[in-house]
Amino acid sequence: MALNKRRFDALIIGAGGAGLNAAIQLANTDARVAVVSKVFPTRSHTVAAQGGVNAALANVLPDNWHWHMFDTVKGSDYLGDQDAIEFMCREAIPTVYELEHNGVPFSRLDDGKIYQRAFGGQSQDFGGAQAARTCAAADRTGHAILHALYQQNVRARTHFFDEYFAIDLIRDDEGAILGALVMEIETGEPLLIEAKATVLATGGCGQVYRTTSNAHINTGDGMAMALRAGIPLMDMEFFQFHPTGIAGRGMLITEGVRGEGGYLVNRDGERFMERYAPNAKDLASRDVVSRAIVTEVKEGRGCGPQADHVLLKVDHLGEEIVSKRLPGIRESGRIFAGVDAAHEPLPVFPTAHYVMGGIPTDPYGRVIVPQGTGEEVVPGLYAAGECACVSVHGANRLGGNSLLDILVFGRAAGLDVIENLQEHKNHRPMNESSVEAAMARLTRWDQKGEGISIRELRDEFRKTMEDHAGVFRTEEIMGEGVEKLKALRDRLPEVRLHDHSKVFNTARVEALELENLFDTGIAIAYSALMRKESRGAHSRPDYPDRDDTNWMKHSLYFREDDRMDYKPVRTKPLTVETFPPKARVY
Amino acid sequence: MAKASLRWQCRRGMLELDFVLERYLDRHYDAADQTEQGLFARLLSAQDPELQLWILNGVTHPDPAFQPLIAKIRGI
Ligand SMILES: Cc1cc2nc3c(=O)[nH]c(=O)nc-3n(C[C@H](O)[C@H](O)[C@H](O)COP(=O)(O)OP(=O)(O)OC[C@H]3O[C@@H](n4cnc5c(N)ncnc54)[C@H](O)[C@@H]3O)c2cc1C
Repeated sequence: MALNKRRFDALIIGAGGAGLNAAIQLANTDARVAVVSKVFPTRSHTVAAQGGVNAALANVLPDNWHWHMFDTVKGSDYLGDQDAIEFMCREAIPTVYELEHNGVPFSRLDDGKIYQRAFGGQSQDFGGAQAARTCAAADRTGHAILHALYQQNVRARTHFFDEYFAIDLIRDDEGAILGALVMEIETGEPLLIEAKATVLATGGCGQVYRTTSNAHINTGDGMAMALRAGIPLMDMEFFQFHPTGIAGRGMLITEGVRGEGGYLVNRDGERFMERYAPNAKDLASRDVVSRAIVTEVKEGRGCGPQADHVLLKVDHLGEEIVSKRLPGIRESGRIFAGVDAAHEPLPVFPTAHYVMGGIPTDPYGRVIVPQGTGEEVVPGLYAAGECACVSVHGANRLGGNSLLDILVFGRAAGLDVIENLQEHKNHRPMNESSVEAAMARLTRWDQKGEGISIRELRDEFRKTMEDHAGVFRTEEIMGEGVEKLKALRDRLPEVRLHDHSKVFNTARVEALELENLFDTGIAIAYSALMRKESRGAHSRPDYPDRDDTNWMKHSLYFREDDRMDYKPVRTKPLTVETFPPKARVY
Repeated sequence: MAKASLRWQCRRGMLELDFVLERYLDRHYDAADQTEQGLFARLLSAQDPELQLWILNGVTHPDPAFQPLIAKIRGI
């Protein structure tokens, strides 16, 4: 059967904040734009972001982009590229105003200006008093952004392929990207979308871990597509964990619970944080609390039949206070853990929240790969959002900076696509062998017979990631993990689908996602094993210090032979002085 | 709507919703009568923040017909 084909000027894979903000830039041109999304656009994970987006508008307290830049460089533990960070912090201001213009109903002050909240990690005057930098649309910022940008795109006649799954990029022998092979989920039919420029905006990959706060759709598809196209992933060892997710499920329990007097206990009922952080105790920083919890479990003091979590107690506060001050937590406990927090402790474990690494790009969203002693742009390919790594978050991301990242660099990518299209009027010739390779990934799942189930291998993989590439990272644990992960990867060809129907065959989608989880997860595990220092979210008890002499550099993981390479951090900003590395104390 | 299609509609932008919606589909959907199955399909067409209000935050749905279904989805 002949493969159906469509041609567009630009193809955007992903309809979260990054993809939609890239698409909207093309609205006023005559370019033909396709946006592919595996779920309906307003169901993208951006909808979960309720906190808000940072911009130094100075509406509530004095502020400027340079202070925002300082906080971001420091937060990144000096691994962020200072040119990209300067760009983002400057662009934050027009980006938020453009969103407002596009219809995002930001919460306002009495004088009509956009209201701004204070969040951790925000300072005035380079590390001075607290700043208030986060703009929000009530508690629906992510949804408001998706909704407004989606409406604008529909008006601009962006062509949406909703509930289409992107399988792989298509590239020619020179490495230029020619579009992608996608599949309509409803019918199971493949479709080849040719494009002069392709933007990957597929979001994060939290699902590589057993316990994650990320929605089921966050399977690292775009990152894995890049890897399979020979492109490395950058800084994948940097993954932000939140100390208290509901055990075995991942839903976040906010820090506020411990602020209100909640505390953690192990199986002996001991308030173990007193041992790890005698002063701050349960309010110690996220990584300290996360590691303490995992240590308790590893040393056999975990709770529950599997001894695989600890307990968060709020019941001592009394039913009235729990109901009044922590109503959301009480609801979450009942719905997700079957526990009434007013009377019983909640089972918790660190939950994987945000991936700082991703597909390497420059500040224009262009994907860049090492070439000789320098770098070069991959013709026709862009990446933006959580799947990309322009390196503004470095080793750790600040709250409110990732919505900013997706919007600023989504926009930058869209604008660069416009220029690119002016220079490249024609489609490059199609490369049939690349199309065949992508088709083979799909048809492989038509194989019948006995084999391992998707669920079995996925569960084992995610558990191994959690145990060996999660919060607790020593040479021994990670080395063993990499071997286990490789052994699991060798079993992938044995996986079989039992359901071979075409219509809405979600098992087939899950099979394709499983391969993506493997590719991205192994990138994380390898990069983490190789980085022999502690920096930001990557914390190693066997190398407890940051090592700027040997490790102030970005990691690059290549899928072929699981190869690592490194490149220097860009410490020179665009117009201001470099912020030299300092100890990161808060 | 076919169950296979509903399963994909249960994929949402928030993990919390993924969990409760899929749990309902696996545990209760087959045994539900046609009216309830129809309501479930209609419920899935709502936006995530709405679902969050009704299912996760316990805010009453404007149409009382949905309330028993929502209670089942909450599973408390
Ligand atoms: C619970 C939670 C709360 C958060 N709160 C905040 C906050 O308050 N502030 C903040 O700044 N950040 C926050 N974040 C982080 C932030 O939400 C994300 O980093 C950001 O939304 C990612 O946006 P994106 O556009 O890159 O991707 P997403 O919004 O995840 O969109 C990805 C898109 O790609 C599509 N896609 C993926 N794979 C495929 C495929 N194979 N084929 C076709 N389409 C595909 C999806 O359908 C989707 O449309 C939060 C994260 C979580 C988990």
